[in-house]
Amino acid sequence: MTLTAILLVAAALIGIGLYGALSQQSFVMLMMGLELILNGVLLIAVGFWSLGLGGPPRGQLLAIVVMAVMAIEMAVGFALVTAVYRKRQADTTEGLETMKH
Amino acid sequence: MTLSDIAFWLFSAGAVWTAWRVFRTDSMVRASFALMLSFFCVAAILLLLSAPYLGIATIFMMAVEMMVMALFMVMFMMNPAGLNPMMMVHQHKVSIGAGVAAFAGLGAAALLTDLPHHAVAAGKPVIRDLGTELLGGSMLIFETAGITLLATMVATVVLSSRSGRFGAADEGSRPPGLEPGGKPAGRAPERDSDHSHHAEHGG
Repeated sequence: MTLTAILLVAAALIGIGLYGALSQQSFVMLMMGLELILNGVLLIAVGFWSLGLGGPPRGQLLAIVVMAVMAIEMAVGFALVTAVYRKRQADTTEGLETMKH
Repeated sequence: MTLSDIAFWLFSAGAVWTAWRVFRTDSMVRASFALMLSFFCVAAILLLLSAPYLGIATIFMMAVEMMVMALFMVMFMMNPAGLNPMMMVHQHKVSIGAGVAAFAGLGAAALLTDLPHHAVAAGKPVIRDLGTELLGGSMLIFETAGITLLATMVATVVLSSRSGRFGAADEGSRPPGLEPGGKPAGRAPERDSDHSHHAEHGG
């Protein structure tokens, strides 16, 4: 278990997440792609903290901030999905061609 | 190869495989559970990396978050149970290219960089360190995260509530029909019928 191996796994997660975020039409699937990217970021942060830098406390703080970003992304994303669905009955990205109502 | 190495590679393979399954399964509920498994595998790797607090917190957080996601899938999306084969993608080749390029770029950076090697000491009190840091030197950062979460709660309620402070949020707006030339989607204009109703009473 080396830092390079962890970074490679995280790179795979970020690559799959980017593919999902760019390719999926459904809003919720798109958010899953974003979550996967953040999953990879979390792994990178903790990998560096644990194997590269000898465990400084601020590294764990960074991981906690990443987790807060995950929670915020989910909450605001679902609120936007609800608002868009209510307004336009749209549940795919193609249903939105303008930001005006 | 030690036991923790074997566990690391098993969990890594699990994390990447379930992440891939998220976008390859027909059922959207199964997709959210695959994502949950991917997070659990990463949480197990965090445990192996001697970050027990972060690993367990990730498991708890994702267990709840993915349940909410599955619920939203059933509420909003077509084909939540995967009864029909389905592939809802756009700009597919560009996306595959971007994903592969991201992996290749980040992987090359990981392989070519001269990374620091300084592992956490075995007996280091990492959870205690984290607690001291959160409520000590980095308290302002921690509190900022709290305020941001509060702002998120307010924004979530504002975005998702049906009516604003001064009446219905979608007043005066009729979305186009679901089919071209079809009946307008959204709520029926109750206001007009209410007016005529009142007018009849008044007359």
